[in-house]
Amino acid sequence: MDFELMITSFPTLLGASVITLKLLSASLFFGLFIGLLFAILRLNKNVFINKFAYGYSYVFRGTPLLVQIFIIYFGLGQIEYLRSTILWVILKEPYWCAIIAFTLNTGAYTSEILRSAFQTIKPGIIEAGKSLGVSNKIILYKIQIPIAIRQSLPAYGNEIILMMKGTSLASTVTLMDLTGVAKYIISTTFKPIEVFIVAGGIYLFMTFVIHNVIKFLEKKYSFNS
Amino acid sequence: MELLAFGKTGWGDELFYATLMTVAVSITAMLIGFLFALIFTPLKLSKYKSLNLAGNFYTTVIRGVPELLVIYLFFFGGSGAIMYVASIFGYYEYIEINAFITGSVAIGIISGAYSTEVFRGAIQSIDKGQFEAAKVLGVSKFTQFYKIILPQMLRLAIPNLSNVWQITLKDTSLISVTGLVEIMRQSYIAAGSTRDPLFFYSFAAVLYLLLTYLSMKLINKLEAKYSRGY
Repeated sequence: MDFELMITSFPTLLGASVITLKLLSASLFFGLFIGLLFAILRLNKNVFINKFAYGYSYVFRGTPLLVQIFIIYFGLGQIEYLRSTILWVILKEPYWCAIIAFTLNTGAYTSEILRSAFQTIKPGIIEAGKSLGVSNKIILYKIQIPIAIRQSLPAYGNEIILMMKGTSLASTVTLMDLTGVAKYIISTTFKPIEVFIVAGGIYLFMTFVIHNVIKFLEKKYSFNS
Repeated sequence: MELLAFGKTGWGDELFYATLMTVAVSITAMLIGFLFALIFTPLKLSKYKSLNLAGNFYTTVIRGVPELLVIYLFFFGGSGAIMYVASIFGYYEYIEINAFITGSVAIGIISGAYSTEVFRGAIQSIDKGQFEAAKVLGVSKFTQFYKIILPQMLRLAIPNLSNVWQITLKDTSLISVTGLVEIMRQSYIAAGSTRDPLFFYSFAAVLYLLLTYLSMKLINKLEAKYSRGY
């Protein structure tokens, strides 16, 4: 055990975890909107809209995240037309490509989580709203969405942790996130176990924090209290 | 379509073999995962606190640390660890482990953590009376597990194991970083030499979709078989 390496690499790895957190928070933020949008589309009665939303979540949940990042980062740059548009400013940056891939991926999972939460809402609650003359829009925003969010908290907590682990793939498109830096240190020092313990420890700490925050929120918004 | 031709002109046959490799690694990893689950599920269900701790340590660490980091640990640390063990037995030559084994073991350990959780949940949701009835009837521990607990557990575990299978299948894409030629690695090679990444990565996505779709069909059949009578 090389304890000195563990101590000296700790600040570097901790610094790299800032990028991990940035990637995570950005993709969760955008992913939540996409997830909500597609969850609502899934509940639409129109078959085409419904099928489209299902197709989106099926494709993004059925393929590895690595493929998705590679298609966006390496693949989209190949389209000549894209290079001439304003979009290219974003798509040439690995940082934004990673965020786009993560957003679309977590959006697909989030839409499934929210959809099942919407479906478990008792019809009586919506009917009660309707019979009181509440408009459909208000029923959606003030009744369905808040209940769905509460229902989906445990599953969404898991999704946040999965996504945090997913951000490690950003290292495959040259980004120096926690895993990227860990790999760099391993390949220069050939001390995989020491680096794994430090980097893994930081990841575990983040998992621990996320887990407890979700637990706290669940308690706070539980129906019984 | 030319790009996908079989033989020397296209990448069809290479991608076909790469797909077989992905399937082979996934199945091996899943089986290794079952082995780990076989060890750690009893630990997690044990009466003894220290054994519980060991079981929880395994599942918590593996499920809380990115898969890629675990793969790097095995990729860079695998042969070192084997050589260290070999040196105890007096063997000092350089040992290189094959990428297939490194990858399968790394993914297997990850998959095992998820399988452990699935088995633990399934065993815990079997009615206590089943264990007690078996005990009262004087059924041996071995028969109790194989004839009473296991069949009931499988029914409960299969839907969740199918999720583990999906995760494992998708995780195998990560071992492309170690150089094992599976779907992802082959697409990377093809994309590099033809300068057509969009096509090859999209095609890789289609292959993965096909694999998940087909395996879901198979698992649904299994599920129907084990839930007969319910």
